[in-house]
Amino acid sequence: MTGESSGTMDRRAVMRTIVAHRGDALIVTGLGSTTYDAGTVDHPNTFCLWGGMGAAAMVGLGLAIAQPDRRVLVMTGDGEMLMGLGAFATIGAQRPPNLAVAVIDNEHYSETGMQATHTRRGADLAAMAKACGFAASETVRTEDELAAAAPKLFSQDGPFFVAIKVNTQRYPMSIRVRDGAYLKDRFRENLLGAERAFF
Amino acid sequence: MSAGSPHGANVTKEPSPRLWPGDIYDALKRADVKQVAYVPDAGHKELILQCQADRDMTAVSLTTEQEGVAMLAGAWLGGDRGALLMQSSGVGNCINMLSVPVHCRMPLLMVVTMRGEWGEFNPWQLPMGQNTERVLHDIGVYVQRATAPDEVGQVVYAAAQLAFSSNCQVAVLLSQRLLGFKDWSK
Repeated sequence: MTGESSGTMDRRAVMRTIVAHRGDALIVTGLGSTTYDAGTVDHPNTFCLWGGMGAAAMVGLGLAIAQPDRRVLVMTGDGEMLMGLGAFATIGAQRPPNLAVAVIDNEHYSETGMQATHTRRGADLAAMAKACGFAASETVRTEDELAAAAPKLFSQDGPFFVAIKVNTQRYPMSIRVRDGAYLKDRFRENLLGAERAFF
Repeated sequence: MSAGSPHGANVTKEPSPRLWPGDIYDALKRADVKQVAYVPDAGHKELILQCQADRDMTAVSLTTEQEGVAMLAGAWLGGDRGALLMQSSGVGNCINMLSVPVHCRMPLLMVVTMRGEWGEFNPWQLPMGQNTERVLHDIGVYVQRATAPDEVGQVVYAAAQLAFSSNCQVAVLLSQRLLGFKDWSK
């Protein structure tokens, strides 16, 4: 059960496919591999979490409420999402129309020794999101399905959830900027302008 | 009175002998708080109703307090000020998540009703209630306390100023004495 995923897609190819559709959307990434993937396509409208495991979806909710006219996408891993499952119920109750959550699901904790997560053992994140009140949810396993789902992450009425099954390929950590205060200020200045960001 | 209220909460608005929940609401409004995240507590009952009824505020019910720490980090990224309402037992649920605002120097205002101190009848509340202030200090949150009813509004407003002006994390602990003894015969 260790080291194998039901997914076959490459996580960095998935990241590149999704961000190609981002437009002016705001993106939050969860700690671990998803944040490293995002580091290879860094953007001032992306806020990368390097800690606070379980935070990503809820950071997305607060951002989506604050910026109702902007699309907000959370991208995170299956382990990070499983640590914050209550967020499904909270987001489902709040129903922000501008929020989407994409889990890059390799069915393993790849940063800590590739132990299986519960998605490897049958936990169905898309079914959970739907059961908690997300407007729509799906699981994506092929390049064709990803090509169809990627634009919907930035357009479909939310809250919208997609689990994207990927293989367990690991990549070198893309160590870019990881100071949270800098990342926060960069994001806020780009979004709000310097006067509002730092007043 | 109908049990209907925003978000389906099955609570009714009743006249309260307490004025300080309204003072907290006024302080949050003066501080331009737009997002209020909460895990319900009897001490916050009136305040939650006021926030739910305010069209300029979004009141979000959480499944656990740490969700609120993350949510208000997102609120700040998007330009909104927020407040997190909870009971002292919820502080323990927040500790690791507080590393997000602490490390990122994001402001955070927490308003915490205390249990496990003044006249507590439930011994299970004591381990967290008696250590709430210390664990907040340990993770890097500034702690301020309100004990007298007429100081609550001022303390919350001052804490908001501190948090939002200095990018720091501030918890206001509302002493259990403000709520008095809980009458468990009701």
